[in-house]
Amino acid sequence: MPAEKPEAALWPVLCALACATVYLGALLAAERQTLIIALLAVGVAAVAGAAWFGLLERVGRSFTAHENAFGGGAIVAALALAGFFHDNHFVLLLMVTVLLYSVATLGLNVQFGYAGVVNFAGASFFGIGAYTSAVLNAQTNVPHLLVIVIGGLLAALAGSLLLLPVLRTRGHYAAVVTIAFALLFKTFLEVNDVLGGPQGMQVKGMTLFGWSFNDSIEIGGISASFYLNYFVLSLLMLIGAFVLVQRLERSWIGLNLDALRLDETAAACFGLNVARWKITAFLIGNFLIGAAGALFGMVGGFVAPNNYTFADSLILVSILLLGGIGNPWGLVLATIIVVVLPEKLQTLQEYRFFLYALMVIAVLLFRPEGLWPRPVRRYFSGWRP
Amino acid sequence: MAAAGAALFLRMATVTVLLETQGLVKRFGGVVALDGLDLAVAENEILGLIGPNGSGKTTLFNVITGIYAADGGRVTFAGADITSASSRAVYRAGIARTFQRSRLALPLSIFDNIMIGNHQQLTQGLWFNLMRRRAFRREFETAYRLARELIDAFEPALAERMFEPVGGLPMIDRRRIEICRALISQPKLLLLDEPSAGMTHDETAELMNDIFLVRERNAALTIIIIEHEMGVIERITDRCVVLNFGRKIAEGRYRDITADAQVQEAYLGVA
Repeated sequence: MPAEKPEAALWPVLCALACATVYLGALLAAERQTLIIALLAVGVAAVAGAAWFGLLERVGRSFTAHENAFGGGAIVAALALAGFFHDNHFVLLLMVTVLLYSVATLGLNVQFGYAGVVNFAGASFFGIGAYTSAVLNAQTNVPHLLVIVIGGLLAALAGSLLLLPVLRTRGHYAAVVTIAFALLFKTFLEVNDVLGGPQGMQVKGMTLFGWSFNDSIEIGGISASFYLNYFVLSLLMLIGAFVLVQRLERSWIGLNLDALRLDETAAACFGLNVARWKITAFLIGNFLIGAAGALFGMVGGFVAPNNYTFADSLILVSILLLGGIGNPWGLVLATIIVVVLPEKLQTLQEYRFFLYALMVIAVLLFRPEGLWPRPVRRYFSGWRP
Repeated sequence: MAAAGAALFLRMATVTVLLETQGLVKRFGGVVALDGLDLAVAENEILGLIGPNGSGKTTLFNVITGIYAADGGRVTFAGADITSASSRAVYRAGIARTFQRSRLALPLSIFDNIMIGNHQQLTQGLWFNLMRRRAFRREFETAYRLARELIDAFEPALAERMFEPVGGLPMIDRRRIEICRALISQPKLLLLDEPSAGMTHDETAELMNDIFLVRERNAALTIIIIEHEMGVIERITDRCVVLNFGRKIAEGRYRDITADAQVQEAYLGVA
C-alpha cells in the first residue's frame, strides 16, 4: 500500500487566487486597447508558464484539499474588487452581469451537465424572469425579493410546457424542441403589445424594505455607484445557487442524474425513476435561470425581445462548454471570460465574436472537457477514505 | 436425452420455482427472437443459458428485466406476474443483472457505480440530500463501508481505489464492479449476461472464482448465466438450458446436453 500522502498546503491556492484577483482588477481598470491586449497576452503566457513548471498541478492539489477555504477567499476577492471599483458604473455593471450569468449557467448546468437534458432556450427562460419583474414591479406591490422567486417559478412553469416533448425525445430531437421554444418565445414577445411589443418595457428598480437600489449610496463620505447594491444582492444569489448546485452534485441526486445521463436503460434497471429525475433537474435549472433573469431585469431597467434570442441561449451553452461541463467553479471562470473579454476588446468591434468563436473552437479541440474539467465526485470537500 | 432432462426437471419441480416463463414471445418485425419459451428456474439454482448467437438469450434477459415488452406469454417471479413490469419494478422485486457489453458509467468512480445499484437503500428526498447534510454524511459513510467491504472480497486492490473513475480499469475489474453493483441490492435472482466477454483466458478463470465467491457469500442467491465459454458453464452451472431460434431445444446437466444431437446440430450444423 502506498504511504499516506500528506495533506497539500493551503497557500498555493490562495496565492493563485490573489494573483488572479489582482490580474482581473488590472484588466477591468485598463482603458487603452494596447494595454488590454498586452495584459491578455501576459495572462495567457502566465497560465501557460505555470502549467509548464508544474505550478498549476500544485495549485490544483491545494484546491482539492482546501476547497471551502478557496470559496471563502473567492468571496473576499469579489468584495475587494467591488470595493476598488466602488464608483465605477461600468465595471460594477459588468461584475453584476458576471454574477447573474453565472447563476443562469449553473441552472443550465444542472439540466445539461448533470441530467443531460439539452436546453437551447436558456436566454428565453432568463427573459421570462426579466419580463416577470417588469410586469410585477410596474403593476403590483409584490415585494421585490418575492418577485425574483416568482420569476424563477414562472420560468420553471413555462419549462414544464416543454417537459412532455423533452421526456419523449432524446438528444438532437430534444434540442430541436427547445430551439423551437426559443424562437416562439421571441415572436410571442414581439407581437404581444401588453408586454411592450418589439420596443420592450421599462423595469422599475429594486426596492428592499423601503430602500431603493437605484439611488447612489454614500458610506462615510465616500459616494458609491448604485450598482454596488445590486452587486451585493447578486453575489448573495450566486453564493446561494452555487452551494445548492454543489450540494446537489455531491448527493445521491447528483449520482442519479449522472447515471441517467450516461446510460438511461442501465439506470432504470437499478430502480431509478428516469422521468422523475429529469423533471427535477429541468425545473431546478429553470428556476435558477428565471430567478437570475428577474434580478437582471431590475439591474438593466429595461427588457426587450432582442435581448433574449436564440443567439443569447447559444452563448449560455458555450459558457458551459468553455468552463467544463458539470464543474461549478469552471462555469464561474468561463462566465468571467465570456462576459468581460468582449466588453474590454471594443476596438475589435464585430471581430470580437469571431475571436470568441475561435476561442470556443480551440477549447473544444484542445481541451474537450473545458478549461476547468469536472473532477470525479467527492461527496464532501476534503473527505478522505 | 430429452427424457433425462425431463426427469431432472421433475426432481427440481419438488423445490420452489423462483422464476418461470410460459409461452414467452418476443418479435422484432419479422424476426421471432423468443418463440413460445417455457423456462423454470428453481430457487438456489445456477442455471446456464446457452445457444448460438441470435438464439434469444439476451432478449430473454431484456424481456425479464422490462427493457423489452413481451409480445405474448407470461413471466412470473416469486409468485408475482412481472410480464409487463417496468425495469424499475423488476429491480424492486429482486432481480439484478449485468450487461453483455459492460454498461458501467465510465467517467464515474468505482464507488458511484456501485451506488447506482444501491439506489433502493439510499434516501432520495430532495430536502434530505440538499439540506440535511449531516444525516446524509452518516448515510454516505455507511454506504461507503458496505461497498468497500463488498469489493474487498473480490479484489482488495480495488477497495483502495474507490474514488477513481472506472474508465481506466481493465475489463476483469469492470466486470467485478458490475457484479458488485448488482449484488449490493441483495437480489434474489442475479442475471449474468456473458460475464467472460472480452476477457483473456486467465481473466476468465479468475472470473469463475469470483462467481463461486458470490455463491459462497450468498447461498440463497439464484443465478442465471449466459455464457459462450463452455468451461465456465461446465464448472459452475447446476443445470443448462439450450436455446435455438428462441425455443428451448434441450435442458439438463451440462454433460448430458452436450451429447444431445439437436444441440450438436445447433452449434456445429451437423446432424
